[in-house]
Amino acid sequence: MGGATGAAPFEGMSDVLLEDAQGRPTPRRRVRAFDTFVLFLSVLALWQTIGSWTRGVAVSPPWQTLVYLFGLLRTWMFWDHAAATLAAFLLAFLLSALIGLALGLLFGVRRFAGDVAEPLLAGFYTIPKVTLYPVVLLIFGLGMSAKIAFGVMHGLVPITLFTLGAVRNLSPVLIRTAKVLHLSPGRTVLWILVPACLGDILNGLRIGFSLSLLGVLIGEMFSSQRGLGFLLVNGMAQHNVPLSTAIVTVIVVVAIAANTAMLCLGRWTGPRGA
Amino acid sequence: MTSESHVELTEVVRQYDGPPAIQALGPIDLVIARGEFFSIVGPSGCGKSTLLDVVCGLAAPTSGSVRFEGKELRAEVPEGVGVVFQEDSSMPWLSVRQNVAFGLRTSGLPKKEVAERVDHAVGFMGLAQFADHYPAQLSGGMRQRVCIARTLVLRPRLILLDEPFGALDQQTRLLMGDELLRLWRETGATVLLITHALDEAAMLSDRVGVMSARPGRFIDMIETGWPRDRDSRVVADREFGALTARLWSSLREESLKTMGRAA
Amino acid sequence: MKRQHAVVFVRIAVLAVSIIFLEVCCRAGIVDPLTVIPPSEMLASMIDRVGSGEMNTSIMSTFSTIVFAFVLAIGFGILAGALIHRSPRLRDVVDPLLASYYSVPTFIFYPLLVALLGLGKAPLVVLGVLSAAPAVMISTLSGLDGISPVLIKLARVHRLSAARTFSWIVLPAALPRLFTGLKLALSYALIGVIAGEFILSGTGLGYDISFAYQSFDNRAMYGTMLFVLSIAVIANGFLYAWEGRLARRRSRG
Repeated sequence: MGGATGAAPFEGMSDVLLEDAQGRPTPRRRVRAFDTFVLFLSVLALWQTIGSWTRGVAVSPPWQTLVYLFGLLRTWMFWDHAAATLAAFLLAFLLSALIGLALGLLFGVRRFAGDVAEPLLAGFYTIPKVTLYPVVLLIFGLGMSAKIAFGVMHGLVPITLFTLGAVRNLSPVLIRTAKVLHLSPGRTVLWILVPACLGDILNGLRIGFSLSLLGVLIGEMFSSQRGLGFLLVNGMAQHNVPLSTAIVTVIVVVAIAANTAMLCLGRWTGPRGA
Repeated sequence: MTSESHVELTEVVRQYDGPPAIQALGPIDLVIARGEFFSIVGPSGCGKSTLLDVVCGLAAPTSGSVRFEGKELRAEVPEGVGVVFQEDSSMPWLSVRQNVAFGLRTSGLPKKEVAERVDHAVGFMGLAQFADHYPAQLSGGMRQRVCIARTLVLRPRLILLDEPFGALDQQTRLLMGDELLRLWRETGATVLLITHALDEAAMLSDRVGVMSARPGRFIDMIETGWPRDRDSRVVADREFGALTARLWSSLREESLKTMGRAA
Repeated sequence: MKRQHAVVFVRIAVLAVSIIFLEVCCRAGIVDPLTVIPPSEMLASMIDRVGSGEMNTSIMSTFSTIVFAFVLAIGFGILAGALIHRSPRLRDVVDPLLASYYSVPTFIFYPLLVALLGLGKAPLVVLGVLSAAPAVMISTLSGLDGISPVLIKLARVHRLSAARTFSWIVLPAALPRLFTGLKLALSYALIGVIAGEFILSGTGLGYDISFAYQSFDNRAMYGTMLFVLSIAVIANGFLYAWEGRLARRRSRG
């Protein structure tokens, strides 16, 4: 994490409040918590302003959204749709992870194949994949499999690229150690490769997680009759603004919570890893 | 006396606010004469670099005064001062020639004269072959030479060097020392060199100041008495050994203090 | 370098073989023409549509939206990044937010934006900026972090004004990392705008693709698709190559 510790590039950069040499619990954490709370309140205030100013035409204000959400969480309909999204997402992520890890390991170990594949993968990463959606629909039809395909389309590449990078950056001395210890290829992968690359691999999985979710949601928004993405677009079409706002809130909260959890997991395994 | 002195420090103290407050330097009283080659040696952490910052105006003293050419400095680098830092300060996005020309961008000199001065400095520092290379392609020693050339091209009246040869091997250091002496004679500038290498200080300087452990103060001031047209071959002179021995005897105890503190 | 050539050769070969394989499968009827048309047809369709000028309004519309979003994202991103860098306290709060920003699919805000701003360019531009600006902010912070403090000291020794310190030292020193952010910003802005046009819009290339799909006009759809993807690949490839040139000079050549 960047910050004030270390050389300050600009004169006059204050270190006030951020350093305490006497070993007392640093006020920094408290300052940050306070500031974050203030930021959170400002966002709520902004939300409220937009909501009431537009008279609920686009966004419903925070309190109404919360009330609606609690009501929504008690309906069968919501959980039916949420389950659809969850199922598609989990399958998409699982597939992305398994294929991505396998390909990443393969391309990382086989340098030549990796060098050939990497720009192709990186290129795929930067193009608007949404333009390929019709092709996916034409191939898979309108259903769960199309949604899973969207998710994999988005989630596969970052996982592969991160794993590839991690394996490639592996210090050669570790491989030599494995050979000296006469480890089988399987054991080399399991006992040396994976633990050393764990940090980067987890990062890739974290990003693949978010992108698989994005893929599934966009797929639902475009062409589906079930799922949270569908609810969102449907809500808009029926001018059910509280519904749309509530769905957006749910997705945002779940996405950030999952990402933060994975970041913490990464930090927890961090010091042991690379 | 003021007309001869180039740099004057009077009761200079430099403190860092805490908590806890650390006195890094001082009190320092120092007069450097115009055209003098003055070196400072001292244990690590004694405040040598802080002293350099104060002398050139990069840092203001907490108390006391610093005068350059009679005028008091106020945390601003005056015109006519060149500094070569310990860390590599070459700019990786410019070629050697462009790096050296950098200092003259604000000078308002005509392009022809800039080119002349740059070519002279590049040649003087032995970089002519690499003039269009980029710093990333050069060794550490050559990058320092680029920084020195960049300082040289400004024709400063006071040149400050903070352990400029720290990262170099001994032979290169000796040769660079000769280069520095050549530079000094050619420009007639006053030179303040900070180094931890006692032999370097002894062979290059007119005068050497020995600093104590933190807070740094001068505990010894030695005149070397070398002639102006000296080079690294003074190592053969009998006086050289005596000088180095005297430096070490002053410095040894201070170094032990620093080591003990660090441990 | 022999190996580098071999890598490029194999890469081109893999692409060529895949395209030829697809072409053969389509022509032979193994692949249903209602699903995928042969690559040669796609190319012909693209050339026809671009040449006839029928795509011109869409092209202008989409490109202008992307460029507008890109420029706004850069301006806002660099400014915000520089301001955050100056304030350690603000940075402490913003760092974790930036780290989690891209875990939220920004796209879900698009329907809300449309409801708020109407169906036109505005929600597309906002979506593009929302997608691209944080990448620029992150790379600005990283770039400013990476400036060696000795260079700032150097600026003071040369008595450079604040403006000159910024343009002669800070900017060139931060440029490599900043450029990476710009590269990302272009690709995110492009993706955001095209996705927006695709799902909910009245004009633009994304809309054209969606419309063609819904009209069962495979030929038009694939032609436009090929065009959009080609432009994306060329634009990103260009920036990538430029970035490589910048980096090569500054690292161990």
